[in-house]
Amino acid sequence: MSKYMGKAVKRVEDPRFIQGRGKYVANLKLANMGHAAIKRSPFAHAKINGVDASAAKALDGVIAVYTGQDLQAAGVGSLPCGFNPPGIVTAPHMPLAVDKVRHVGDGVAVVIANDIYTAYDALDLIEVDYEPLPAVVDAKKATAADAPQVHDEIPNNTSFHWPLGESDTVMGAMNESDHVVELDFINQRLIPNAMEPRACVAEWNAFTEEMTVWTSSQNPHLIRLLMSMATLGIPENRLRVISPDVGGGFGSKIFHYPEEVIVPWCSKQLGQPVKWVSTRSEAFVTDAHGRDHVTTAKLGVNNDGTFTALHVQTWANMGAYLSTFAPMIPTALYITLFSGLYKIPHIFGESWGTMTNTVPVDAYRGAGRPEASYLLERLIDIAARDLNMDPIELRRKNFIQPDEFPYQTPVAMVYDSGDYDQLFDKAMEVSGYNEMIEERDRARQEGRLVGIGVSGCIEASGAGPSKVVTSLGAGVGLWEHGLVRVHPTGKISVLTGTHAHGQGHETTFAQLVADELGVPMDDIEIVHGDTSKTPFGLGTYASRSAAVGGTAIMKSCEKIREKMKAIAAYQLEAAVEDMVYDQENGTIHVQGSPDRSKTFVDISVAALMGHIPDDMEPSLEEATFFDPPNFTFPNSAHIAMVEVDKESGEISLLKYAAVDDVGNVINPMIVEGQLQGGIVQGVGQALLEHGIYDEDGQLLTGTFLDYAMPRADDVPMSALGRIEIPSPSNPLGVKGAGEMGTIAGTPTVANAVMDALHPLGVRHVDIPHTAAAIHGAIQSASVSAD
Amino acid sequence: MYPPKFDYYRAGSVEEALALRKQHDGKFLAGGHSLIPVMKLRLSDPGVLVDIGRIDGLKGISAANGSAKIGALTTHAMVEAADNLPDILPEAAGWIGDPMVRNRGTVGGNIAHADPASDLPTVFTALQAKIHVAGEGGSRVVEASNFFTGLFETAMSDDEMVTAVEVPSKDNHTGTAYAKLFNPASRYAIVGAGAMLTMQGNQCTAASVSIGGLLPNAIRCPSVEAALFGQTLNEETIAAAAAAVANDIVADDVMGDIHASAEYRQRMAPVFVKRAIAAAAARA
Repeated sequence: MSKYMGKAVKRVEDPRFIQGRGKYVANLKLANMGHAAIKRSPFAHAKINGVDASAAKALDGVIAVYTGQDLQAAGVGSLPCGFNPPGIVTAPHMPLAVDKVRHVGDGVAVVIANDIYTAYDALDLIEVDYEPLPAVVDAKKATAADAPQVHDEIPNNTSFHWPLGESDTVMGAMNESDHVVELDFINQRLIPNAMEPRACVAEWNAFTEEMTVWTSSQNPHLIRLLMSMATLGIPENRLRVISPDVGGGFGSKIFHYPEEVIVPWCSKQLGQPVKWVSTRSEAFVTDAHGRDHVTTAKLGVNNDGTFTALHVQTWANMGAYLSTFAPMIPTALYITLFSGLYKIPHIFGESWGTMTNTVPVDAYRGAGRPEASYLLERLIDIAARDLNMDPIELRRKNFIQPDEFPYQTPVAMVYDSGDYDQLFDKAMEVSGYNEMIEERDRARQEGRLVGIGVSGCIEASGAGPSKVVTSLGAGVGLWEHGLVRVHPTGKISVLTGTHAHGQGHETTFAQLVADELGVPMDDIEIVHGDTSKTPFGLGTYASRSAAVGGTAIMKSCEKIREKMKAIAAYQLEAAVEDMVYDQENGTIHVQGSPDRSKTFVDISVAALMGHIPDDMEPSLEEATFFDPPNFTFPNSAHIAMVEVDKESGEISLLKYAAVDDVGNVINPMIVEGQLQGGIVQGVGQALLEHGIYDEDGQLLTGTFLDYAMPRADDVPMSALGRIEIPSPSNPLGVKGAGEMGTIAGTPTVANAVMDALHPLGVRHVDIPHTAAAIHGAIQSASVSAD
Repeated sequence: MYPPKFDYYRAGSVEEALALRKQHDGKFLAGGHSLIPVMKLRLSDPGVLVDIGRIDGLKGISAANGSAKIGALTTHAMVEAADNLPDILPEAAGWIGDPMVRNRGTVGGNIAHADPASDLPTVFTALQAKIHVAGEGGSRVVEASNFFTGLFETAMSDDEMVTAVEVPSKDNHTGTAYAKLFNPASRYAIVGAGAMLTMQGNQCTAASVSIGGLLPNAIRCPSVEAALFGQTLNEETIAAAAAAVANDIVADDVMGDIHASAEYRQRMAPVFVKRAIAAAAARA
């Protein structure tokens, strides 16, 4: 019945992106614009005894040089942490370091010059008198009594401790289990690397006293709020933040970064526009990193395969400063997902957020949920081997059943809907699971190392309601705004507080509105990313845009329909109750009399002219602020097959199949794109990516020569399937599709590699499973077998 | 990623290039795919670049009298597409970087840079290539096995430049192959092995084997070659010959990094030598 919803409509934004006509912050050229470059620390930890910028200031073409002290003296504020659980200890994070640098890449001074080359030449002339200090980089070692202290304000480098559940009760149940699987492991640091590096341009207008900031961000409204209340102190009504086309974020562009303070401040100081564009090298040492957990976990299982208890302790590396949402990731978005798809009667989880001399760690695609899924799915896989059970059978034994929703887990969440057996039935079908098993077993008989990996993952998307997330420590609610404006000619502008940076909102939201109002997609414009155009909204991350932002738009469309029906009734002299809004073509007629009708444009004009009921306000513009009653819980069954080269440890990912329940689907092509891309990112963590620091806090993987991003030939196209169990958390029934590929990709492939090595007796190898690491495991296994 | 200031000269001939370089104490710029990145990272500040990229006659492949001459400015993409070169060359060239790198990067620039993890030094060593080098005093020819002398070091002086590389042309009785363990990030070689075998039936009548990636520079593997010579090649004899690579590698010279320890690389040497030999034998 719907014309657009559920259809693979081609993305309306693609022609401009494919043809290089996107407008990114770096494309912006303003008259008299200065170019900023930032002097960054080569040390992980050092006192700053002095900064001598005299030679830099004297260089021809240099406009100004400012240090951390200049910004501090001018009253610039600390970058705030926006998620503060009870008992958290924080420390200031100045946009440019004042007394001490705390990670390689920490900013020390900024140069503004007439051109960017001169700015970089000037950086080389700034002399910083550093007094190097010992560094700490490991999340757990940072808590040792003799570890170097990153901040005087944060004793033992421990910013917060977040427990959920009763440890003693859980251990009691654990001890009564037939079998306990124990695992110490890491979830390695990842470096996001969106295709477009971050960038910021600021222009201060001294006459109107207004600041305009263009920044490559996932949520311009939140950035404006933080600039107003914390860093720059410019009130919201004098501050406009614009995030135009943004070339990917993956979480790393959610946060308020130092450059978003430095650049506007410099513009105001100098009375001229200032531009800063991150280099790729800078991105490696300044964009928030992801993951980096050290974990000890235990899963209790009875001989029949029933899970009894789960106990987890995690040390989460926060890096040198608490980034905007950092403490939320290893707490409210991590421990609350420990139940997975399963009934686990007793769960305890606790995490410590620790400070180290590394780049701050915050949300990266999946944000906490990949870490939760990885730990649970690895433990279950080991349990399946220990019990000699098929890994899918063991999972099925513990599934939450379809009639048990809404399901209250022991870790706060109430799951909305799902049918995990159906999900796995379909995954087995799509992957050809039984044939895969035969193929693997045949290969094993030939002496080859072939393995199959399975995972069943859960995600919490579309976070809400706001009072729940704020009670956990979030500094903002997670409602969303959606405004539908019908112009007098019948064309439509939709204003959303979400932000698209690869998600295709200009297409999917237009599909939604086209069906809701019965108008052509071409008549609809989606407006986002400019605080002067759209009312406050919370941006895009955590797979929230369709579930929360889409619902707000849908509800505004409902209001528009009701108002249009009332106007039509007035004009046709009929009762409102008798009016029928035909969503096929946007006409309104009297029930039973299709001839007595008005078109969408008729009513749009009438609303302008005032030909409306006396008690009605003119114009057709409706807004909704939707606060979701609950999260949504997308879920997945992914299956992969790998072959490990016995001699070298090289891994070939032979097959990957994924079946997901992301609820109702607006555009299957876009959902499939999200999944294919997400899976590649998940596989990247399993096989390739690793942000490595040495003991002195030097980043050893600071370029693509050393940081292994997945490439097209590393990963096959995945076979995709879908089941659609609508979410009751929103009227669209959508759940969220942006992150599941990444969440499930890692444990699925890691489990496959471990299955391949199972005949050798290998139990666990930390990810990434590089050829060298796997070869090492094969060597140790054959040594211990001898 | 903004390089320091530099002056730029474009040479129209080899002679002019050599003179400009000497006059300004500059560096030669060919495809720029090694030099420009290190300049952008400000790890290199040559001050003066002498662009040799448009010198006539240095680009292209010509074959005559049993050998093929690859001009120094020939790109990796051209080598990848060539049908008159031994199989090992298109094979290895096709694994260098990505299409953009292969379209710009040059054979001469690559070997003059002498990156230990680069593929072509190993390939040319196996092919017993002759490196044509021009200097003020005229030109000379250096055997590949003498050309790569250390970490980013060659037998050339600063006053010389590569003009061409001469390799045997493709021949029905000779099989060549390159086997490579990729660095997962850079796709450079953690270990790369090259083999050129002449066969009569199953018998190996001539063998040239090289290894690179794990050492400061690519080397010939005389122990492996001796073990192959005269042998009837099968799985066992190939494995045995490959194992002899341990005698050709000075253990203390083997490099390790975050991607692969020295121990792992050493263990991988016979594995990839074996693969190169097997593939070359199959092609002979």
